[in-house]
Amino acid sequence: MNEPPRRLGPDELADLAVGCTVLAGGGGGDPRVGLLMALHAVAEAGPVPLVDLDDLDPEGLVLPSGMIGAPTVMVEKIPNGAESRVIRSALEARLGRAVVAMMCLEMGGINGVLPVAWAADAGLPLVDGDLMGRAFPEVQMCTPHLYDIPAWPCAIADERLQVVTYETRDNVWLERLVRNTVSTLGGCACSSLYPMTVEVARTPTIRGTVSAAIAVGEAIRTAPDDPFDSLAEVLPLRSLLVGKVVDVERRTEGGFVRGSATIEGTAEDQGRVLDIEFQNENLVAIEDGEVLATVPDIITLLDSYTAHGIVTEHIRYGQRVMVAVFPAPTQWTSDRGLAVVGPRVFGYDVDYRPCHPSQ
Amino acid sequence: MTGSVDLRVGIDVGGTNTDAVVLDVSDRVLAKAKTPTTSDTQEGVSAVLDSVVRAPNVSLDRITHVMLGTTHATNAVLERHGLYRVAVVRVAGPASHSIPPLFDWPADLRSTVLAGKVIVDGGSELSGQELAEFGRGELARFLDDLGEEVDAVAITGVFSPVAPDHELAAEEVVGEVLGDIPVSLSHGIGALGLLERENACVLNAALLGVANRIVNGLTQALVAQGIEAQVFIAQNDGTLMGLDYVLRNPVLTIGSGPANSMRGAAFLTGVTDALVVDVGGTSTDVGVMSRGYPRESSAPVDIGGVRTNFRMPDLVSVALGGGTIVRRGGDGLAVGPTSVGYRIGEEAIVFGGSTSTLTDAAVWAGRAAIGDPSRLVGKDDELEEALVVADQRLADVIDAVKTSKADVPLVAVGGGSILVPDAIPGVSVVQRPENYDVANAIGAAIASVSGQVDRVYKLGENSREEALRQASEAARMEAVAAGADPGTTEIVELEEVPMAYLTEPVVRIRAKAAGNLGIQ
Repeated sequence: MNEPPRRLGPDELADLAVGCTVLAGGGGGDPRVGLLMALHAVAEAGPVPLVDLDDLDPEGLVLPSGMIGAPTVMVEKIPNGAESRVIRSALEARLGRAVVAMMCLEMGGINGVLPVAWAADAGLPLVDGDLMGRAFPEVQMCTPHLYDIPAWPCAIADERLQVVTYETRDNVWLERLVRNTVSTLGGCACSSLYPMTVEVARTPTIRGTVSAAIAVGEAIRTAPDDPFDSLAEVLPLRSLLVGKVVDVERRTEGGFVRGSATIEGTAEDQGRVLDIEFQNENLVAIEDGEVLATVPDIITLLDSYTAHGIVTEHIRYGQRVMVAVFPAPTQWTSDRGLAVVGPRVFGYDVDYRPCHPSQ
Repeated sequence: MTGSVDLRVGIDVGGTNTDAVVLDVSDRVLAKAKTPTTSDTQEGVSAVLDSVVRAPNVSLDRITHVMLGTTHATNAVLERHGLYRVAVVRVAGPASHSIPPLFDWPADLRSTVLAGKVIVDGGSELSGQELAEFGRGELARFLDDLGEEVDAVAITGVFSPVAPDHELAAEEVVGEVLGDIPVSLSHGIGALGLLERENACVLNAALLGVANRIVNGLTQALVAQGIEAQVFIAQNDGTLMGLDYVLRNPVLTIGSGPANSMRGAAFLTGVTDALVVDVGGTSTDVGVMSRGYPRESSAPVDIGGVRTNFRMPDLVSVALGGGTIVRRGGDGLAVGPTSVGYRIGEEAIVFGGSTSTLTDAAVWAGRAAIGDPSRLVGKDDELEEALVVADQRLADVIDAVKTSKADVPLVAVGGGSILVPDAIPGVSVVQRPENYDVANAIGAAIASVSGQVDRVYKLGENSREEALRQASEAARMEAVAAGADPGTTEIVELEEVPMAYLTEPVVRIRAKAAGNLGIQ
């Protein structure tokens, strides 16, 4: 294993963004806006130190952060850039502690890169870790929830630098209230949830995910030959099928885009047909009625030429893809974890079955 | 001008050659010509027109329509040459300060184009509600402080495809402060995605001078020839726009060449669904023709290093052409990427030259009977090996663009298409139409006129059907405004994409309408 990069500059950010498309499982939106924000912030304020939780003051606060709402709105209504400052002041005042590091809420899509912009702006380091180890759609689908660590007090802010803070009964109420506020604010907002002291954060945080995502991006970028071979060297990859998207169907349900994609096998997989069902993220892969993979394992459609992940809103007819599965972080495959992010939570009457022999 | 259609002239200004064809009302080719491309539109167009109007069955006064496809705009961006200096106005505050305009542009292009930039308050929410009060005073101060060297202004507002009000208000302020200066508004040019639409809008403003030169050059060439005709310019979706439209939207001409060759291929073969391979002197484009139109790329497209989101044919290109040089060196046999280009007629061995090219290889293999094959004696190993390499590269790009596993027909066009073998994996039949060498000029001549909208609709207020109807009607009106005959204008593409993570159903609809040439 290589020594993790100590600083996040433009090169590391480019690799991180590619890694986030692979780990996103189809969700979290196209990282590009987050990447440009981070590149701009780093150009202004210098590279961001990447640190382990063990290297920080145990009494200091870490702020898991990310955008919340519709990535498709954010590509149009791009953040002001100072949202994170007002969120930080509000939470520091409320909790009576100083923030010592920023953290990514999720390691997929926009939110795997965006917090780097906020860390640079604040002159703070970024924690090498996150609370999902992939992307998920809802507030309670974060590892602290498994340890009864509340997401509140937490705050969201819009580009007008209005801050809304929450003290709620539970994470389900928080999800409802936040989603309504975000809608009122125009469809997307910046947020910091699950503020924790470094000490508390050590238990739930999935460690090393930022450097892992950078390693994924770097492996693909520097692949001497087949990028999939290089990817498989840094991440346990199982290919379910290599083929072509022959159908995509999407519908809006309860604020989410649900739908499915049909992929027909080519070359060695000729004659096979796989259906992927998604709710923002890819949830299950089904062949001939048999479920081959489910959440929380990470099911990602990888572009056959670039090996970059394809977000669900960009799946289109004719794309050539590998349907890849990566093992979920172990916290999600426990009984408690599956009760929060298992296939039944998303409405599938099937048991989770690990996709990898290593699991 | 008369109201009827008689002879139509299609002209394609390519990187190497300028081609022209004359079609009659039954779409028969009456004349065709090829001349070297010149940097000056008037000169090149005059030269090629000179050739075709001399054909015995063409008379000047019967020419009623002239259609031009040109790479001038593409080259201006690629060469950073002849571009306007643009003041970039973003109406988006307090949003978007985290990424300044043109942040991800290549530095040389940015310094060529950028005359000043500002982000003022304003724009819209997804709902159409005002994002912030429009920063009128702030914009006026910015414009006041601009130096002398501003040729055009590009204005981009947040969610302007939903509500263009603040872009229009900003245009008014520009008029008040700077007077009569060309302005590009983003909502008429690009789709959702602020940065990509802003990039397309700025490129468009930078190309307004190029558009003037194209239109003036063409007009003067026609006057000099004594041709009084209605004139159209080809755009990147294979359809036509009127001159007043191209003067406002020159960025849409980028990518028109491949679109024209696909439309020409469809016309020449009668096939509407096929792969099209256009082999030139230096490179080959492979695209997919669906229902007679080029399939468009849904991924963002880079032009000269700038990421945009407007419609472009979905193409895969490879450095293979009739002039591609075959050379044996220390590392074995190299096939390209260099090419003898337009000097093929002198440099290829079969034409008496001394450079081995893929044209020589094609002649050696009996794929074409041109030049003098006896000059290839002793070159067998080299040419055979080169052809194996070239065929494999072509097979790879063809495989890359195919959308179904079934074998599909392929149409080979372009001057270098003699390279294309008869048997290709995944291809049912290779069609080689007559006049394959001027397919793109024919594509320009037979093109229809189109209009397109890309808008966001809240389904709370409208039913889905009503939203689709509104989008279709807006696209139809765009097409008619661009010169289409209302009677034949119909919807050729309708796509809806629901937007994620919002509490109320919101759908983005893209509609395109196309119709026959309007009759004045």
